[in-house]
Amino acid sequence: MKKRYVYMLLLPGMLFLLLFMIVPILLTIGSTFFQQGSFTLAGYLHFLTDSYFLKILWTTLRVSLVTTLVCILIGFPAAYYLSKLGPRKKGILLALAIFPLLTSSVVRSFSWMVILGKKGLINTLLVAIGLTDEPLDILYTPTAMMIGLVHLFLPLIIITLVGVMENIDPDLLKAAESLGASRFTAFRKVILPLSVPGLIIGSILVFVGSLTAYTTPALLGGKQRVISTFLYQNAMTLNDWYYASVVATIMIAITFIVIGVMNKLAMKLNPKG
Amino acid sequence: MQEKNRGLAVFTFLVFLFLLGPLVIISLTSFEPSTVLRFPPKGFSLRWYENILDVEMFLETFKTSIFVSVIGNLLALALGIPAAYALSRYQFKGKGFFNAVFLSPVLIPGIVLGFAMLKYVIVIYDLPIYAGLLVGHTVVMLPFIIRVIASSLANFDFAIEEAAYSLGSGKLATFFKVVLPNIRSGIIAAILIAFLESFNNVDISVFMTGPGVSTLPIQMLTYVENNFDPTIAALSVVLMIITAVLMFLIERLLGLSYFTKR
Repeated sequence: MKKRYVYMLLLPGMLFLLLFMIVPILLTIGSTFFQQGSFTLAGYLHFLTDSYFLKILWTTLRVSLVTTLVCILIGFPAAYYLSKLGPRKKGILLALAIFPLLTSSVVRSFSWMVILGKKGLINTLLVAIGLTDEPLDILYTPTAMMIGLVHLFLPLIIITLVGVMENIDPDLLKAAESLGASRFTAFRKVILPLSVPGLIIGSILVFVGSLTAYTTPALLGGKQRVISTFLYQNAMTLNDWYYASVVATIMIAITFIVIGVMNKLAMKLNPKG
Repeated sequence: MQEKNRGLAVFTFLVFLFLLGPLVIISLTSFEPSTVLRFPPKGFSLRWYENILDVEMFLETFKTSIFVSVIGNLLALALGIPAAYALSRYQFKGKGFFNAVFLSPVLIPGIVLGFAMLKYVIVIYDLPIYAGLLVGHTVVMLPFIIRVIASSLANFDFAIEEAAYSLGSGKLATFFKVVLPNIRSGIIAAILIAFLESFNNVDISVFMTGPGVSTLPIQMLTYVENNFDPTIAALSVVLMIITAVLMFLIERLLGLSYFTKR
């Protein structure tokens, strides 16, 4: 009796997700293996031999990888600094990091269009100080996408790492130093390994987020496509739903592989086992 | 040692300059009196704020966005509160599985979910675009509603509920009179967080546009493609003010620790 009551509470939400998320996703994946009623892998073969698609895939992976690395390299020291501050200052800086995270991605990408454009702040400055005669093409390049994505995901990695670093017992650092470790060695041997779980979670969030982000590449990438904008183009501009479904399936597969591999890595690297 | 800390402080300052600078720049360019989007602006004018109201589509899509976010929110609450309650109150078979399914909408790439919904919810189920939009946003909000409410239920002492039962209060009455009031701040925070997720959503909405139906973020994307004047900058300022107010409320209700926990 009690058991059935629990499942009754879950049922409405489950049915809703089943009908509007799970079935559409599974059918989208399933539909890629059938053409004119018979089983086929033609869609996948087409993409794996299509140099245009492979180039898009490569751009996406490269941009996402660089974004993740830059986010970690910039975010880690900043998060460490924040975690050492008193509660008041830390609260203010955290709030300043969270605010952009909650701000519309359209607004944030648009702000980079204003900065990186031909008449934007960067080019105006470069021309003014005479570093270049002609404004540079920064907007609508993979570099612009990368800058926009770093801006989009940096807060995520900072707040994730602050959350993890806050929980590191400060006495551990003192103990290491009192045992003769230099400040840097203590940092390397104590803070760094204990931050690994946060680094991994943060990297998953940033990497997967960059791989699948739509707004930023759509606004800052121009004609330069990544898989998400390529999916949109196939679905809405070219009206080719079969290939759009294949791209969607490839995106799901990549996402789950990345999450799976990173989780495995997390389990291996986690000092607590 | 002092040296090193100062270096780190300067570095952190530069990081925050990178994070917030663009938002400041876009805010300042919104006051540009001419039609050129530039920084620094050459003068001060509020004409682009007036222009927001003159572009009829902005007002129309703003209404749609609000409607979808509010009604979708109510739907997600109706589906999510019972689920969050079951998941945090009881131990039962398959709990891990149900938990994973309810949080899965955040794992699936938004653009994939949007496309799959267009393909099946709109075309095969034959729902009107407006309904599809509503359903899509409900799916997007559900995991946030469940996560926030479940975590406030985790801090709720269910012995209070048992006490109410033993005093003769019924299950449903106890839930509404004892449990819900105790997690009120969690519920309000969940509503605000889900609202922001839905209001800013692009990935689902971009597939759910049709004659007369579109949301504000999608309308902004379309506008930027064709116009490069400071209207979007002005609109951005309005959206940032709304965001700041909601964020302040969320901080009051949950504290910033909600965001740092993973």
